[in-house]
Amino acid sequence: MSLRQRLVPYGLLGPGLLWLVVFFVVPMYFMGELALRSGSLTSGYTFDWAWSNFPDSLSGHTEQIGRSFLFAGTATILALLIAYPLAYAIAFRAGRYRSLLLFAVIAPFFTTYLIRTIAWKTILSDSSPLVSVLQTLALVPPDGRVLATSGAVIAGLTYNFLPFMVLPLYANLERLDLRLVEAAKDLYSSSRQAFVRVTLPLTMPGIVAGVLLTFIPAFGDYINAQILGGTQQAMVGNVIQSLYLNQRNYPEAAALSFLMMALILVVVSVYIRFAGTGAFMGSEGEED
Amino acid sequence: MTPAGRSWGWLRHNALLIYAGLAVAYMLIPIVVIAVFSFGATPKGKLTFGLDNGFTLEYWRTAFSLPELNEALSTSLRLATFSTAISTAIGTLMAIALVRHQFHGRRLTNLLIVIPMATPEVVIGASLLSMFIYLTFALGFTTLLIAHVMFSISFVVVVVRSRLIGFDRNLEEAAADLGATPLATFRTVTLPLLAPGIVAAGLLAFALSIDDFVISNFNSGTTVTFPLYVYGVSLRGIPVQVNVLATMLFAVTAIAASLVLWQQRRAERMAAVRPEPAGAAA
Repeated sequence: MSLRQRLVPYGLLGPGLLWLVVFFVVPMYFMGELALRSGSLTSGYTFDWAWSNFPDSLSGHTEQIGRSFLFAGTATILALLIAYPLAYAIAFRAGRYRSLLLFAVIAPFFTTYLIRTIAWKTILSDSSPLVSVLQTLALVPPDGRVLATSGAVIAGLTYNFLPFMVLPLYANLERLDLRLVEAAKDLYSSSRQAFVRVTLPLTMPGIVAGVLLTFIPAFGDYINAQILGGTQQAMVGNVIQSLYLNQRNYPEAAALSFLMMALILVVVSVYIRFAGTGAFMGSEGEED
Repeated sequence: MTPAGRSWGWLRHNALLIYAGLAVAYMLIPIVVIAVFSFGATPKGKLTFGLDNGFTLEYWRTAFSLPELNEALSTSLRLATFSTAISTAIGTLMAIALVRHQFHGRRLTNLLIVIPMATPEVVIGASLLSMFIYLTFALGFTTLLIAHVMFSISFVVVVVRSRLIGFDRNLEEAAADLGATPLATFRTVTLPLLAPGIVAAGLLAFALSIDDFVISNFNSGTTVTFPLYVYGVSLRGIPVQVNVLATMLFAVTAIAASLVLWQQRRAERMAAVRPEPAGAAA
């Protein structure tokens, strides 16, 4: 191959890589730099290796961090329970309705995330029919509310990130070789055994990808907590948003989001180490 | 199989489908609520998000009568257009390099494309803001454009790449055999065949940009996009026109997306009619 031919891929990659490096990687450096400053808004923040910002940002917000894990974790489990049978039905039972159902799964993306969440605020508001049904069924106390509770935030997170669970599960199930399930049944396993010992292990990559793609954005989200949770259900995203944009306490805000990024990088790298980048790139086993 | 087994199988078969219908209905609830409330009459001067006072077409007639909302929507459309053009162009080039070429640093490139998709928006927004604060770069349309292109690139690469993987290279070789220059082959064969993938990627980039609130909230300065406007007014009551415009946006993107899907399926059917080239099954 000539030198010129060998340079072609770098030319093609150049603009994109440059954009991602300058506007994704480099900003992380500046966020780290900001996290090591100290001072106040009025006197200005100066860089002085203020490592204490990191433990301080954690210890000051343990409640919100705990809530982020709890809410995002619960929402992820709920989304998995809702999405698995749905993805299974689309992959194996939908027949000619398959495209229609897939289309409906991505349809929420065609309306603004924020407006969708505000619509849920209306649906869950005190005077809504849904809440009176829940009160009649005694699932909510007669004078109780749904809005501004942890349940409302979890419901919002589950709803908003459900497509991120359905799509990787569907992509994985669609490739499942049904002959293996039949073989298990031929060898006298019950439907349940065949599911637990054949289908479930074979779709584990889809489950893990869906869990990551749901948990990570749900963990960092602050829209659901703000709109559906009121003032008492703040998550770590709300803290970062408020520290940056309202209180302008940049060092603490930067320290907290830097730690969040670090946590997610660790989780994602472990995942990619075992499963490759395929689940995120829309194909299997894309490694060189 | 016994009759009892058969009817159990039939029931289970249908139970799953019924479940799928219910789950999908659940996913569509807020969209229906938004569309229905766009016809909700409200007492003059009192802005609410509801349907307690009957049905009206008033807000569809006056959809574009709020100057601030119009301004925000036009900013969003402008931003989405520029962001889509830039991210689709550079993302498509990256996808071509990834599928067609051998080069060093593929693993690193893949990581650089994947990690932004797996990063919470609040971190992307915060880190960009950190950089702009450090450089004392004025926040506004430019910083929004930088951010929107950044988070759209990865998605464009993924979509175009999946289209390229199923690409029949024989067609390009045929063009070359017939005397086409590489550039002519790219323009007359590669690009038209790749077009549905590029259009789908562009549509996704457009939707991502129009929809974005979190990253924009950090990097907008005083510039107001459609979601930022909605957020701003959500505390004092949202004008019904927002529901109207959201419904319009939904209809336009849904129709555009179904056209792309339809076109892709048609292209696949046409490709299936062609005699299979040797070794294409691999």
